[in-house]
Amino acid sequence: MTKTIQVKYLIIGNSAGGINTTEAIRKIDSDGSITILSDEPYPAYSRPLISKYLSEKRPLEKMLYRQPDFYERNNIEVILGKKAQKLNIAEHEVELADGTKISWEKLLLATGGLAIIPRMEGTEREGVFTFITLDDAKAIDRYLSQLPGGTVRAVVIGGGLIGVSVTEALVKRHVQVTIVEMRDWILNTMLDRDSADVVAETLRGAGVNIITGRSVTSITGNQTGAVGGVILDNGEPLSAEIVIVAVGVRPRVELAVNTAIKVNRGIVVDRSMETSVPGIYACGDAAEAYDFIYDQNRVTPIWPNACIGGRVAGQNMAGVPSECSKCMGMNSLDYFGLSVVSAGMVIPPEDGYEVLAARSNHDIRRIVLKDGRVVGMVFIGNVERSGIIRNLMKAQVDVSHFKKELLAENLNLAVLPREIWEPHFAAPKTGDREGERVTIGK
Amino acid sequence: MKRIYAREEVCIACHLCEVHCQLAHSPVSDPVKAFNKNIPPLPRLRIEERRPITFSLQCRHCEEPACVESCLAGAIQKDPETGIVTVNEEKCIGCWTCVLACPWGAIRQDNARGHIVKCDLCPGRDTPACVANCPNGALVYVEGGD
Repeated sequence: MTKTIQVKYLIIGNSAGGINTTEAIRKIDSDGSITILSDEPYPAYSRPLISKYLSEKRPLEKMLYRQPDFYERNNIEVILGKKAQKLNIAEHEVELADGTKISWEKLLLATGGLAIIPRMEGTEREGVFTFITLDDAKAIDRYLSQLPGGTVRAVVIGGGLIGVSVTEALVKRHVQVTIVEMRDWILNTMLDRDSADVVAETLRGAGVNIITGRSVTSITGNQTGAVGGVILDNGEPLSAEIVIVAVGVRPRVELAVNTAIKVNRGIVVDRSMETSVPGIYACGDAAEAYDFIYDQNRVTPIWPNACIGGRVAGQNMAGVPSECSKCMGMNSLDYFGLSVVSAGMVIPPEDGYEVLAARSNHDIRRIVLKDGRVVGMVFIGNVERSGIIRNLMKAQVDVSHFKKELLAENLNLAVLPREIWEPHFAAPKTGDREGERVTIGK
Repeated sequence: MKRIYAREEVCIACHLCEVHCQLAHSPVSDPVKAFNKNIPPLPRLRIEERRPITFSLQCRHCEEPACVESCLAGAIQKDPETGIVTVNEEKCIGCWTCVLACPWGAIRQDNARGHIVKCDLCPGRDTPACVANCPNGALVYVEGGD
């Protein structure tokens, strides 16, 4: 006989989106039952830290996203290592592989993303990995450890954030890495070409070989059938003992397809993070949510948006209306000692945009404007005040009359119009002595 | 909650708030030892300056802090009781995502130690060190909005 568990809030996914949703729910509803379901066996960990696991064997305890007693303290039931098989929307029920059914009043789909594996020969070979989960990092670690001595060569297919992240970890493990990027420059979803060239230079300085404008057409084998190398689309062979496929992630939408939930590239949600089915929400890498810079729904698989989307979903699920109206793409990375941040629309899609750019030594600043408003930005090197520009972008401040200041070397709030900072930083003028304005020298 | 606010009209950018912030966050309380025998910690504040405007800037401890929501490691938390936003420096991985997220540029990168530092409103003191030691009374620690 199968059992049915009844919960008020069912959260499928135990990462950034799921955790932030439950935290938002608990701030409003302290005792409504919450169950988190995840097919991963671990308590919530910081996914970006899997590179630290690979490079320095950082233990899980030091990768935890929340305190170990998080679930207990928040009175959250957590079911780990079990996969949701099927949604029955009419019955408000999800079915697990072992036949267990869980019924919900409100449901969140925070199922994350899956690594894209391009169709090519050899992807099933031993020694081919993806780099999304802790188990991926563990598998790579084990594989490296059992390879015979001598220099290990890796081909990383894809020069995006995940590709560069795994590259740094592998370099720290003394692996010789070649990145093969199909487009003309690495990190092309977050950086313009000039900026990416600076990162590429840093990577090359660390001994990384970068091939752009080429793709891998097949993964070849050695005498035992394990990875022996790859063949590029120009026929050139590269030898390698290990291949990491890092061409991107796609939203994990399988629970929602063939249901009433609207799915495009990701699970489509409105600004309250609700899907086309009332009472069912989605966030994080699985969702296709509103991006205010592009003024349309987009898949933006980044950690901060999963957290913001989760908070908004949780508030709405608990009955407090809330909107995610200022979400945008943003990335920050620090590889081989180079700080790089980017946000919004870095490469203008058409005419009608203005690009402000400044470069000195290793510092790069690029700010993209549309109708006097910031819509995109890149800072490389000195990134400490980059948030000031992102705030102008978020607030859609017309910067036309002070745009030159945005490139000022000593960028700080005092170079901006007073109305931007004064309401937040000036002492309240209360009339009691403490906050009173004093005049000196008059 | 109580926050630090600036009286920009009486700030002369003497940078003593920086010095006292560093001292307050040093392992030793003797200023000579803190600055000469050790590498002092980074100040957790900044002096914003475009003459004639100068003022000392600290974390706003926002109601919905963008730094907390952006933190990849779960290292930054807002205390539900006190409202104070703090970083667990051991947990911080120095990805600087919060630096990009903070609307005021109030978070500092400690590149040498590989983590961020930020204003913690000086736990254990009634008045934060920068406020208490400003010779011009250019900082106040009072209840106020975000």
